[in-house]
Amino acid sequence: MNWQPAADLDVIRQRARVYSQIRTFFNTRGCLEVDTPQLMPTTSTDINIASISVAGNNRVQYLQTSPEYAMKRLLAAGSGSIFQICHAFRQGEAGRLHNPEFSLLEWYRCGYDYHALMDEIELLVTTLSLSRCSFARIGYRELFRQSLQLDIEVASLEELREQCSQRVPGTDASGFDSDQCLDLLLAMSIAPKLQGYLFVYDYPISQAALARANPNDSSVAERFELFHNGIELANGFSELTDAGQQRARFERDNQARRERGLPQPEIDERLLAALESGIEDCAGVALGLDRLLMILLDLDSIDQVLTFRD
Amino acid sequence: MASYSTNEFRSGLKIMIDGDPCAIIENEFVKPGKGQAFNRVRIRNLKTGRVLDKTFKSGESVDAADVIDTEMQYLYSDGEFWHFMDPQTYEQQAADAAAVGDAGQWLKAQDSCEVTLYNGSPIGVTPPNFVELEITDTDPGLKGDTAQGGTKPATLETGAVVKVPLFLEIGELVKVDTRSGEYMSRVKK
Repeated sequence: MNWQPAADLDVIRQRARVYSQIRTFFNTRGCLEVDTPQLMPTTSTDINIASISVAGNNRVQYLQTSPEYAMKRLLAAGSGSIFQICHAFRQGEAGRLHNPEFSLLEWYRCGYDYHALMDEIELLVTTLSLSRCSFARIGYRELFRQSLQLDIEVASLEELREQCSQRVPGTDASGFDSDQCLDLLLAMSIAPKLQGYLFVYDYPISQAALARANPNDSSVAERFELFHNGIELANGFSELTDAGQQRARFERDNQARRERGLPQPEIDERLLAALESGIEDCAGVALGLDRLLMILLDLDSIDQVLTFRD
Repeated sequence: MASYSTNEFRSGLKIMIDGDPCAIIENEFVKPGKGQAFNRVRIRNLKTGRVLDKTFKSGESVDAADVIDTEMQYLYSDGEFWHFMDPQTYEQQAADAAAVGDAGQWLKAQDSCEVTLYNGSPIGVTPPNFVELEITDTDPGLKGDTAQGGTKPATLETGAVVKVPLFLEIGELVKVDTRSGEYMSRVKK
């Protein structure tokens, strides 16, 4: 019987070192550590994220796919800037870079926009790194233009599908919608060639998730992701604080879920009520700690940093 | 017909792709945090041996291929077909040249090998990783030349031609790695 940890003890010690430095970083920068429940009666409606449901005492509960909703309720309650180190759960995600249970660092900065938050991420990652690191930023559309000579603003759905079959041989994209095409091209054609730390920002509004629209260009959302050598490490937003728009997005998610025959989780009315009561302008980000450890320690599989993977 | 969802994909799984039975060599789960999940799969077409990549949206299903690998004894070749027997049931199978492929040059009567059956008929033959075969033809050996490098071609009893050290003679037994086609060692009779 193999009862041994998946990670080396040295990796487990490095994780403790990183967590301790993260706490020091935020404590000295006026960010409050919080702890929100992992088991809650509502969950994300995001069409590409599947929750793990658990039979509760008298109702179904969900293992949280991220602490986002609960943390925003704290922000609405006047917590000020907050951070959390926690586990998050996503059904069906397993592979070299995925585990259904994984570790997240999530934080929210009152008064920041997404670019100010990217600055802070650079500072944090540099603090945790054992070597020097350099960062670059590029707009989502510009990345497609430079990498694929493709202007996604003007490309038709047919052209996007054609690009998928061409750039990723063995792909039948005939049933893909435009976001699925963009996901495929970014994940399998563009990302594998990216080098170093790179922020990609201003995602198409159709992929806004919980980000607000860019006030200068409503076709994009103030959302960013951080990649390291093509591996996605963090996802953040200038947060959408408008309860009406947030409700419309939840409803649209569940409509799309209905069309695809996916479960439609109840909309989180508590979050909407919190947004309704008013929430300061802020930016927030979730950073995958397992992947961060892989990068810091130069390991290539998540198995090497998970304490156990039974 | 049985089918597999992408979350059951693993190397070795036999699935139908474009009407042909294929084996999964590698399966990679690719998912942007907020985006569509995909399975990027490297597969070998079991009929042609060709290796190709395929992308599936995670959650899709693919038909299972009715393929089994079975240990059989090689009996003989009649020039057109290679004949094999299941040592348990004594049931015989005839495989054509397309199914036998390069494996034919390593097959010696009575040796056992792995025969891949698709819908009950052979589509592939895998010889043992190592075989011991007699040299039936080669240039005369150079006596005493056991340390120096240098090789010469030698024809083996099954027709295969491998490079062997210069000191080996007709009638000697050699061990060969069938995956690389390389000479491993001399075998004492």
